[in-house]
Amino acid sequence: MNMLFPQIVAGLSNGSILLLAALGLSLTFGQMGVINNAHGEFMMAGAYTAYVMSTLIGNKGVALAVALVVGFVVSGLLGLLLDVALLERMRSRPLDTLLVTFGVSLVLQQLARDIFGATPVYAAAPEALTNPVTVFGYSFSAGRLFIFILSIVCVAALYAVLKLTPLGRQIRATSENRDLAEVSGISTRTVDHVTFFLGSGIAGIAGVALSLLNSISFNFGTTFIVQAFLVVVAGGVGQLKGAVIASFVLGLCQSAIELPTSASIGQVAVFLIVVVFLQFRPQGLVAIRSRNLA
Amino acid sequence: MTRFPVMRRVRARAAATMCVAAAVLATGGCGWGRTVAEKEALEAGSASAAGTAKSCVDTSGSSIKIGFVNSLSGTMAISEQTVSDSLHMAVDEINAKGGVLGKQLKVVQQDGKSEPAVFAEKAKTLIEKECVAAVFGGWTSSSRKAMLPVFEADNALLFYPLQYEGMEASPNIFYSGAAPNQQIVPALDYLKEKGYKKLFLVGSDYVFPQTANRVVKAYAAGNGMEVVGEEYTPMGSTDFTTIVNKLKFSGADAVVNTLNGDSNVAFFKEYKASGLKAATTPVISMSIAEEEVSAIGVDNVRGQLTAWNYYQTLGNKQNRTFVRNFKAKYGANRPTSDPMESAYTSVYLWKGMVEKAKSFDVDKVKAAADGVTFDAPEGKVKVDGENHHIYKTSYIGEIGDDKLIHTVWKSDGPIKPDPYLKGYDWAASLQSDSSGESGSGTSGN
Amino acid sequence: MKKLTTMSPAEFAATYKAWIGTVIAVLLILLAPSVMSVYNLGLLSKYLCYAMVAVGIGLAWGQGGMLTLGQGLFFGLGAYVMAIHMKLSDIGPGQVPDFMAQYGITEVPGFWELFRNPVIAVIGVAAVPGAIAALLGLAVFGRGVRGAYFAILSQALVAAFSVLLIGQSKTTGGTNGLNDFKGFFGYDLTDDANKQMIFYICAFLTLAMVLIVWWIRRSFMGDLIIGVRDQENRMKFLGYNPASIKVFAFSLAAMFAGIGGAMFVPVVGIISPSDIGVTPSILMLAGVVIGGRTTLLGPVVGTLLVRFAETQLSEAYPSAWTYIEGLIFILIIAFVPMGLGQFKGLWPWVKEKIGLGGAAAAGAAAGAAEAVAGAGPAAKTTSPTTAKAVNA
Repeated sequence: MNMLFPQIVAGLSNGSILLLAALGLSLTFGQMGVINNAHGEFMMAGAYTAYVMSTLIGNKGVALAVALVVGFVVSGLLGLLLDVALLERMRSRPLDTLLVTFGVSLVLQQLARDIFGATPVYAAAPEALTNPVTVFGYSFSAGRLFIFILSIVCVAALYAVLKLTPLGRQIRATSENRDLAEVSGISTRTVDHVTFFLGSGIAGIAGVALSLLNSISFNFGTTFIVQAFLVVVAGGVGQLKGAVIASFVLGLCQSAIELPTSASIGQVAVFLIVVVFLQFRPQGLVAIRSRNLA
Repeated sequence: MTRFPVMRRVRARAAATMCVAAAVLATGGCGWGRTVAEKEALEAGSASAAGTAKSCVDTSGSSIKIGFVNSLSGTMAISEQTVSDSLHMAVDEINAKGGVLGKQLKVVQQDGKSEPAVFAEKAKTLIEKECVAAVFGGWTSSSRKAMLPVFEADNALLFYPLQYEGMEASPNIFYSGAAPNQQIVPALDYLKEKGYKKLFLVGSDYVFPQTANRVVKAYAAGNGMEVVGEEYTPMGSTDFTTIVNKLKFSGADAVVNTLNGDSNVAFFKEYKASGLKAATTPVISMSIAEEEVSAIGVDNVRGQLTAWNYYQTLGNKQNRTFVRNFKAKYGANRPTSDPMESAYTSVYLWKGMVEKAKSFDVDKVKAAADGVTFDAPEGKVKVDGENHHIYKTSYIGEIGDDKLIHTVWKSDGPIKPDPYLKGYDWAASLQSDSSGESGSGTSGN
Repeated sequence: MKKLTTMSPAEFAATYKAWIGTVIAVLLILLAPSVMSVYNLGLLSKYLCYAMVAVGIGLAWGQGGMLTLGQGLFFGLGAYVMAIHMKLSDIGPGQVPDFMAQYGITEVPGFWELFRNPVIAVIGVAAVPGAIAALLGLAVFGRGVRGAYFAILSQALVAAFSVLLIGQSKTTGGTNGLNDFKGFFGYDLTDDANKQMIFYICAFLTLAMVLIVWWIRRSFMGDLIIGVRDQENRMKFLGYNPASIKVFAFSLAAMFAGIGGAMFVPVVGIISPSDIGVTPSILMLAGVVIGGRTTLLGPVVGTLLVRFAETQLSEAYPSAWTYIEGLIFILIIAFVPMGLGQFKGLWPWVKEKIGLGGAAAAGAAAGAAEAVAGAGPAAKTTSPTTAKAVNA
């Protein structure tokens, strides 16, 4: 029997998970230079939203749809709060945001444990998403297919917002030249808050979606965060295109390497690939050309 | 290129202070104590080596201290909290009935924080600072391995409640969970009896799955079965697409699962979503107990098999009382599981040993241990004084809709513990390998 | 420089600040075992192991601007080298450790055999992390990877390292790690006298590292490191190679972490992947954050404080401690980015308020009796580390 086809599908599926986890990070890191270590915990907030909705709403399909919206808002608001309360005063020292948000992630994890308990819970998924779908005689997880489609939808929506709306223009203007944007009448402060809200909200959507595959506990986000960071670094800052390519390449690499070896070697290999890759492209896959030396 | 004009100046200062540091170290150099060789000579000289550590246990008062060490924080907290709860329940019951040798038990609880190094530190605190008569707890093999040297050095007692990989019998540890021949071997016997021939092994990447699977491979080789795949994932790993692909293409007719914690959820969801079914390719799990079932989601594991020595559904009188009391104390929605029962039983076994020895002294308790029995919720158990494990009945169970596990097969009475699998012909290859083992591996006194 | 005899006590204290501090530190270290139980001494030794890592972080991050989230990698390398050596010398030639026997391995792997020799092991605990850091540094700094990129890479590497350790359990002990050691270079680890000696080694190593960083800060190299942190391109235009300056600081920090890790093994008796993962690595920064990343003694003081607090508080309130840890990072970084070091500027003000400054000034004209009083407070500023070390 030929494992090539199912493995490629597995790789694409892994890639879409990475993409969903990294998309919001890519936005906040790329546009604002904030390295949000609490991104994983925003995903956790999304996952717990999915759990709460699945207990409140009888129809699992409706519950999932509501959770996607509520998860976006909950995580987005958490992000907004973080930005207003802490990150705003730290715009001049982006590296320090990494440590502040690490502290936030510790607090959020403990908070989740105190609210929902240490025992993992799970959000009952719609029956259709837990069963296999059969394509060309191969069975695949319908849940993973859903995540794949969702990740594409999120990228497309984000792309549309950035390229086609006035808000998107303001976000891009702010990230390219903050001072010029400011003198052109854009409130960069507001734009930053909105950007952070969006990026964090996408983490919430990712959390809801990934709760289909996992149980939900306080350390839900830690599973994804390190790899999501790698995607952002490998993809190049501030470029959706880079994040998309990097996610799928890394997802496929991991599946390809894992097949003849083992899961742990697969994980280590992905880390090493990124380190070696940065040797050739230190600014990532899709670098912004700039004369700015500092 | 780089210029280091600084180095000349630094060198003079560096030389000066290195001299100071060297001088300080040299003056302190005479402070070393005895060497390992001297210690071994000393122990060889005196017949009872254990006498080297003096106990500080205070037996004069009306109460006596015992210690619990469980992870109340970190990744293992979920599981270990339940063990801590049932340990406390056993102590409360014993105290209500007059204590041990007329003394009330006073518990000192420590948090192992899911880190082996912390377990070792807390065990030391319990023995040397709190001066407890015995310590109960530990869950992962790592935590036990980390604590073992502490208990041996101080000649103290640890009661370890988990089923584990065997190949160990410390004179200072009593193992109230299953040895491999009381869990893994019966599981394989069951699969063999049902006619399964091709096994796929999946486990978390740590010592229990690796060692358990060595036993499985030896058993398969000696019993006409075939191992068609063996996969490990890092602890906490949640990506099982590749492994499930491998499983589907391996032609396996049964899966032996030694994954632990969260990984089970992702594995079973992937297993189900890929179209595999319990009826055709059953999974027999070594680490899924009642409380894990609801976390995984009963939809994902309905009809799958488990191998343990206790289920909440056991119908005997002791168990009905145990379950009723536990629910009364901690809430009706709390299930009881094998590790909890085993921990609960271990407190009663220690009580039995102390009462037989009529003393809290570690050496006397150890000497009295052989043959101590207890009517546990899992059935009658008995301590084997030679290897410090206990006789246990083995049960294969099936996960039902009610989130509980129902017995489908049980062994003929309690099985004698055999941590090194010395009594099995097919396990001969496992024996020769462990002959090189040094130090604490040898059997008790 | 004035002659010793014509100096006022205050001048004397200021000129020989470091020497006075060192002498006091040495005295305090030597005295510690007589006022502390063996149990507390063991805890203090453990804190000191983390303090060694912190000194390195202070150099790499505070001075050099390289935020490294992966010191656990170097801590782990040093620790595993030491653990391998101790394990091999425990079991003697021709034997394999018990966990390998369980996996059916009959011969000790090659990278283990290398560290059987005690001299190679001692060199290895610093050289292996140092060399790996240098290689890594040459690769990433040479290509201009810095700031957040570097931080994320260092984090990824420590994650990869712990996955690798767990994955290769047949030769590394996996999640169990390596433990159950009997001797430290032949000395029995259960003997109190030896525990005391191990404490001395930890304490003097920490002191030596602080002194090394002190020299570097005072030297031209210290200026170069800061120059690279603040104006990398300008340094390049001046003809310096920022990469090699960074590699120097980063490797030194890695060596300190390796030595700290190596001492962690005889002190705690175990090393496992859970001591060196992503979160433990970031927590190694906590003390540096508290103490002040740019100060000389801050990282040590901060680390001893935070680890001491952890021992005290986490037992009584396990969940509260996680909040405190989180809040340390949030509040200090956001509002007091230089940690305790931020309050350093307050010292002259305090001195004036309580009249000590006056006493010292008067001491300049006065005789030998007042000299002692004047030197007292001045010397204190240099050695809060050691004072806290003993109290902890």
